[in-house]
Amino acid sequence: MNMKLLKLLSKNARYSVEDLAVMTGMNEDAVKQEMAQMEKDGLIRGYKAVIDWERMDSSTVSAIIELKVTPKAGLGFEEVAQRVMKYPEVESVYLMSGGYDLSVVVKGKTFQEVALFVAKELSTIDSVLSTSTHFVLRRYKELDVELFGEDGDDRGNFSL
Amino acid sequence: MSTVNYDRILNPCVKDIKPSGIRKFFDIAETMQDVISLGVGEPDFPTPWKIRRAGIASLEHSQTRYTSNSGLEHLRREVAHYVKDKYDLTYDYKNEILITVGGSEAIDAAIRAVVCPGDEVIIPQPSYVCYEPMTALAGGVPVIIQTDAEHEFKLTPEALLAHLTPKTKVLILPYPCNPTGGIMEKEDLDKIAEILRERDILVISDEIYAELTYGGKRHVSIASIDGMAERTVVVNGFSKSFSMTGWRMGYACGPAPIMQEIRKIHQYAIMCAPTTSQYAAIEALRSCDTNVQEMREEYDMRRRLIVSGFNKLGLKCREPKGAFYAFPSIASTGMTSEEFCEKLLYAKKVAVVPGPAFGQGGEGFIRASYCYSVEHINEALKRIGEFLEEIRQ
Repeated sequence: MNMKLLKLLSKNARYSVEDLAVMTGMNEDAVKQEMAQMEKDGLIRGYKAVIDWERMDSSTVSAIIELKVTPKAGLGFEEVAQRVMKYPEVESVYLMSGGYDLSVVVKGKTFQEVALFVAKELSTIDSVLSTSTHFVLRRYKELDVELFGEDGDDRGNFSL
Repeated sequence: MSTVNYDRILNPCVKDIKPSGIRKFFDIAETMQDVISLGVGEPDFPTPWKIRRAGIASLEHSQTRYTSNSGLEHLRREVAHYVKDKYDLTYDYKNEILITVGGSEAIDAAIRAVVCPGDEVIIPQPSYVCYEPMTALAGGVPVIIQTDAEHEFKLTPEALLAHLTPKTKVLILPYPCNPTGGIMEKEDLDKIAEILRERDILVISDEIYAELTYGGKRHVSIASIDGMAERTVVVNGFSKSFSMTGWRMGYACGPAPIMQEIRKIHQYAIMCAPTTSQYAAIEALRSCDTNVQEMREEYDMRRRLIVSGFNKLGLKCREPKGAFYAFPSIASTGMTSEEFCEKLLYAKKVAVVPGPAFGQGGEGFIRASYCYSVEHINEALKRIGEFLEEIRQ
């Protein structure tokens, strides 16, 4: 596992192998091999674009759903988490400490669609005791990327 | 109405100072759209939030008055700890440390404290642009030593010996070096110290880039070498390492008899460094090691990228060991540095600084800062590549 390589990829997965090699001081073949290995090991799970969907007309809606759940003997929260995460509408699932158990991020085209999904699908799962839906109104920062405000370079062209 | 003869009013010493060598390019670049610049000598990172927050808190607490001339006692204690910890330097916060308005003020005040008219100040070049004019303003005579690529732009003992005269008063030691990226390692400094230990010469060691050295080589201060602390003023600051250029915070450390004189100049010219910035600086020294480490790693990756990029383009570029500049040779193009930079700016809208802006020894080189994102650097390199293609045809 190569921490330097991972850090770079987590910042920008589109760096060329050539640049990655130069920046980490590895040779290109080694970079390719390491990346392939980390993908195979499941350390690297994918490469995606960070998109500011709000700039699109057909914007998507997302909500964070707090689920309170009865854990199953021997399985804990695994079973219900496994079920919840299989829905394509579900973007992420986290087990939480504190006032509720699972935090589920759900995406849809409209508020109604998301609300219906929660009512019909999530809240009807056996071990789910209650749901609480919080819609995302605005994204300011996503995956380390600031989506709000222009953060341009205010330095001039030259200084000594 | 009678006209004023300004020549009779102005100080000829000041009139003789040449404006900075990049003024012309700056003016051209200002009129152009979409210039992509590698011309800036300051970090692109914002000041770490903890430091900004400390500045804000000091304002909330109405800490808006003068501090003592030397700077906040708390800050001077932190500086003492910091330079001990980082560079093995021992200074008494009471009378051997002065908080200044950036490293620049410290350099100026140190030169003025010791240079009398006719005294010689040895300045290795290519190097930062302020030493020569500040020497001239103090009535001193700049004595330039040209360092070269062959010796990794280090100051060699031979060159130093060849330039020493009975009038030599000061040696400026600008390492890690802007623009060359050269550093002086322990064994290099030992040889310089050997020569200076027998003489009454003051070293002004400008160590503003001390935290930005690469390849596991930590900066060594000449003041940490036996017999040198008593003849050295160490200048350092927060601008480069903590990305705090606009806060204007620096400091000078040196022997008490010299520092007390520097403090007088500071007292009358400046009064004290900005109070908000001093509070912010305490936080920087106390708790921002990780931030500095992260920025250093980021610069290091960009450094590899830009150096490899220039070499691939056929512009021979040594590995800079410190600061955040690449200093490739453009000799292979047959152009002067100035020609190269001007044509590159017009043709491809890429802004780099001609080497001679840092002294005549910079001819044949350009300075390219890597205080820019990887994407920005790659775009600039691509355009420089196209430019080279075109001029070779």
